[in-house]
Amino acid sequence: MPNILVVEDSPTMRQLISFAIKRIPSCHVIEATDGVDALKKLSSEKIDLILADINMPVMDGLKLVSLVRGNPAYKDIPVIIVTTEGAEEDRKRALSIGANAYLPKPIQTQELLKLVNTYLAG
Amino acid sequence: MEKETGFVGKADEFLQMFKKGEEFTKELLRENEKLRYRIAQLEESLQRSGDEARVKLYEDRIGLLEEELKSLKERFRRVEEENKDFASKYLEVEEENNNLANLYVASYQLHSTLDFSEVLRIVLEIIINLIGAEKFAVLLIDDKTNELIPVTAEGMAVSDAPKVKIGQGRIGTVAKEGESFFSDDLSGAAEFNPHEPIVCIPLKIKEHVIGVLSIYKLLTQKSGFTNVDYELFNLLAGHAATAIFSSRLYTQSERKLTTIQSFLDLLKEKPRK
Repeated sequence: MPNILVVEDSPTMRQLISFAIKRIPSCHVIEATDGVDALKKLSSEKIDLILADINMPVMDGLKLVSLVRGNPAYKDIPVIIVTTEGAEEDRKRALSIGANAYLPKPIQTQELLKLVNTYLAG
Repeated sequence: MEKETGFVGKADEFLQMFKKGEEFTKELLRENEKLRYRIAQLEESLQRSGDEARVKLYEDRIGLLEEELKSLKERFRRVEEENKDFASKYLEVEEENNNLANLYVASYQLHSTLDFSEVLRIVLEIIINLIGAEKFAVLLIDDKTNELIPVTAEGMAVSDAPKVKIGQGRIGTVAKEGESFFSDDLSGAAEFNPHEPIVCIPLKIKEHVIGVLSIYKLLTQKSGFTNVDYELFNLLAGHAATAIFSSRLYTQSERKLTTIQSFLDLLKEKPRK
């Protein structure tokens, strides 16, 4: 059963993303409210995919991506950035840090599910 | 001599008979040859007619198979069309499901609390994340002054949002008439004018307007509105209004209750000697 970590400070978005992902059979969603919370969840659960927002309190999504990529235990976990930052330079920056995909909000559920399925399939 | 003549006569007779026999045999052989030829002809003709019958049979079968192929092709084409129909209906249903999920989440979140500031935060989240607005403000009607007062904003300071009299300007008109306003140009490229939003949605409880949502700019990646956006606007117009109104009443009543309770506690206190 793949575990998907949804890192998002907005409860509305967390619920929306979780709601969408739960439609993929056998997917389990773990929620985190910011980067630090996400690192805690990463150390206690086996995570197969991370969906992270950029703008979050305590630790933002970009910092989280760089920490994940720098840790040998997590470096291979795919990370999809889901953000309101839609500019091309933001996308390039996130991808250069190590994010696998970049999805600007407002999200299209079908697009999100397609990406999730792609990265879960390896 | 007579004996000799009789012997010769018999020999001739025998020779004649032998010749006749030879001719008869030859004739029989000729007849036999003819019959063999005839049999061969008949056999050949029989075979030919058999081949023709078989060819006819094959032709008939090919005809039937071609008919069947044609009908299968037609059925395949119809099934393909049905598949396309189902696929497009499936996509429509999927899209509808996704939209309903968005609306469900937005509505669930809006009614998840009775804390006024929490409700305002949820309204902001919905407008940013689900609608895709970058700069906007929420204004509520102050019944005492009959003015729209900004209570929260995103992408701009609350103080930058205007205070508007009901019926005054675009925002005031939306509040007065209760009808949403959508600008033809949603790019938000024009210079920022707090009185000229690109979208203005009245927040209504039934026909009673309690405030407006005033959007000035959409996110860069958001070029226009989809059906679900209009549904979200409708939802915000109703549910956000109810949530804001009830949470404000609840917060006010909580505050009043605390004041009254404190007052009662004060009265109950024994007078100091």
